[in-house]
Amino acid sequence: MRVKLARIAHARSGDKGDASNVGLVATSPEAYELLRREVTPERVRAHFAEVCRGEVERFEVPNLLALNFLLHDALGGGGTASLLTDAQGKTHGQGLLEMEIEVPEELLG
Amino acid sequence: MRTVRIANGQGFWGDNVDEPLRLLEGGPIDYLGMDYLAEVTLSIMMRQKLKNPAAGYATDFLDFARRALPLLVAKGVKVVTNAGGLNPRACRERVFEIARSLGLSGLKVGVVEGDDLLARLPALVAAGHELKNMDSGAPLAPLLDRVTSANAYLGARPVAEALAGGAQIVLCGRVTDTALALGPLVHEFGWAADDWDRLAAGTVAGHILECGAQSTGGNFTRFWEVPDLWNVGYPIAEVAADGSFTVTKHPGTGGLVTVDTVAEQLVYEMGDPTTYITPDVVADFTTIRLAPAGADRVAVAGVRGRPQTPFLKVSASYLDGYKAAGQVTVSGPRAVEKARLAAEIVWKRLERAGIRFPESARQVELLGAGAVLPGILTADAAEVPEVVLRLAVRDGDRARVDRFGKEIAPLVTAGPPGVTGFAGGRPKAQEVVAYWPALLAREEVESQLTVSVEEV
Repeated sequence: MRVKLARIAHARSGDKGDASNVGLVATSPEAYELLRREVTPERVRAHFAEVCRGEVERFEVPNLLALNFLLHDALGGGGTASLLTDAQGKTHGQGLLEMEIEVPEELLG
Repeated sequence: MRTVRIANGQGFWGDNVDEPLRLLEGGPIDYLGMDYLAEVTLSIMMRQKLKNPAAGYATDFLDFARRALPLLVAKGVKVVTNAGGLNPRACRERVFEIARSLGLSGLKVGVVEGDDLLARLPALVAAGHELKNMDSGAPLAPLLDRVTSANAYLGARPVAEALAGGAQIVLCGRVTDTALALGPLVHEFGWAADDWDRLAAGTVAGHILECGAQSTGGNFTRFWEVPDLWNVGYPIAEVAADGSFTVTKHPGTGGLVTVDTVAEQLVYEMGDPTTYITPDVVADFTTIRLAPAGADRVAVAGVRGRPQTPFLKVSASYLDGYKAAGQVTVSGPRAVEKARLAAEIVWKRLERAGIRFPESARQVELLGAGAVLPGILTADAAEVPEVVLRLAVRDGDRARVDRFGKEIAPLVTAGPPGVTGFAGGRPKAQEVVAYWPALLAREEVESQLTVSVEEV
C-alpha cells in the first residue's frame, strides 16, 4: 500500500552549518528496515528537488531506529544571509514525512 | 543510588521567560542550565559593548536574577549559563547589585573568560592559524577587517573549576550548550579528563536538555498526543555517577517524555552520528540505548566516547552586506495571480529606478500557497482564498536595499485590488552578520582561560 512516511515515522529538522539536517525516526524495527531500504539519499534529493540544490548525505542510527539526512545547500545561503522564511530548515522534517513509499499492510497496524 | 538533577530552563535567547522559575518552584533540582547564545548573538553583543563598555551580556538573565535569586539561594540550586556573553564580569557586577538590593549576601558567582578571540585574531592569523571556514575551506585573512566577533567554544572543564571554587552561579561566554550539563557532572562526580565514556554520556545528557522543551513534547511530530502542551514542563536529567541517566520533567506539568520525544531530540541538529565533536570528547550517538522507565521517564545508557580532538571550534561573524524583507496580504478572487503580479510590479518599478537585483539576491514567497516547502506541500491556486506575499532582497549597497523597502506600500493603491496588511512602516536595510565556523589548535585557547569566583 502506498502511504506517506508520516504513517510509520517521526521527523525533526534544523540547520547544521550550510545544510539542513532531517532526522527520520521509525516507529518500529520493521519500519526502520523498510526506511533503510526505501528512503535512499537519491529519493530524498528528488523529493526536495525544489528545496535542496546540493547533495544529500545519509547516516544510519540503528539504535534509535533513525536515519539522519544532511541536505546541502537547502537554506538559501544559510543562517542570517538567507532570504527564505524557513532559513533554518525547521519545516524540512514535516516535508520529508510527506514522501510516499510502498508499505506492507501488516506494518500499518 | 545518588543522582544529580540537571534541568534546562532556557533553550535560546527568546525562550519562555517563566520556565526557569517554574523549574525552581516545581520540584527538586540541583542545577539549572540556561542558554542565551545563538550563533550570531555575540556579534550583536560586540556592537553593544563598543557603544557601552559595561554592556555585552544577555540582559534577560538579570530579569531572571531579580525574580529568582531569593529562591535560588534558599534552595541552594546552582545556575550554569552562557549569559555572560562578551562581558561576564559586567554581568556579575549587575547580579551582585541585584543581590545587594534584595538583602542577600554570601552569594558566590564564577566567571569564565578566554573564549573571546577578537582582539587576538590578527596575531593568530599572522602566526599561521588560517581559521579556514569549515564549510567552504576559505581562509579568514581577507575578511579580517570585517569580523565583528570571534569566540572559541569552551568545554566543561572551566565550568567545573568555577563550581569547585564554590560558585553558585557560573557566568560563561561561549561554551558549548552541552557543557552547561557536563560541567556540573564533572564537578559532582570527579570524572577524569580521559574518562571518555562518562564524558560522552554527560554530553548526550546535555544534548537532550539543550533545546528546552524539545525533549519533553515541544516540536514533537505527533503533537496531538501531547497533553497540555501550553503548560509543557522543561526537561530534567537525573544522572548517576556511571553516566547513565533518566530524562523526566516535574510532576503536574504538561508535555510528554517518551522514547519517541527523546529520540527526536537526539537526531536534532545532528551530523555524523558516530562523531559528535565537543571540546571535551567525541561522543558516538550510535551507542545510545533508550528505554521507557515509567510515566514521563526515559532511561538512557550505553553511551561510548572517544578522545577529544586537538582543535576547538571557533565561531566568528563578519559583516556581509544588507538585506530587507517586506510583506503584504493579498485576498479576494484570484489571490495567487494578484500576488504574482504585485511581485512583478515591485521588480519592474525598481528597474525603472535603475535598480536590478539578480535572481540569486531576491526572493518571492507566496505564503499560504505552498511557498515554504515548494514541490512538496503545494496548493491549488484556485482554492487559495488569500496569500501573504513576502519579498526579500540582499545587496552590498545599503541605499539599494532601502530603495527596495519603499516599493512595498505603493502596492496597496497602485497594485491589484485586495492588497492589505501593510503595517509597521517601510522595511529598512539590516546588516547581514554572516557566520564563519573554523577550527583552532586548542592550546591557543586553553593557555589563556581564566576562572574567577567572587562573593557579594
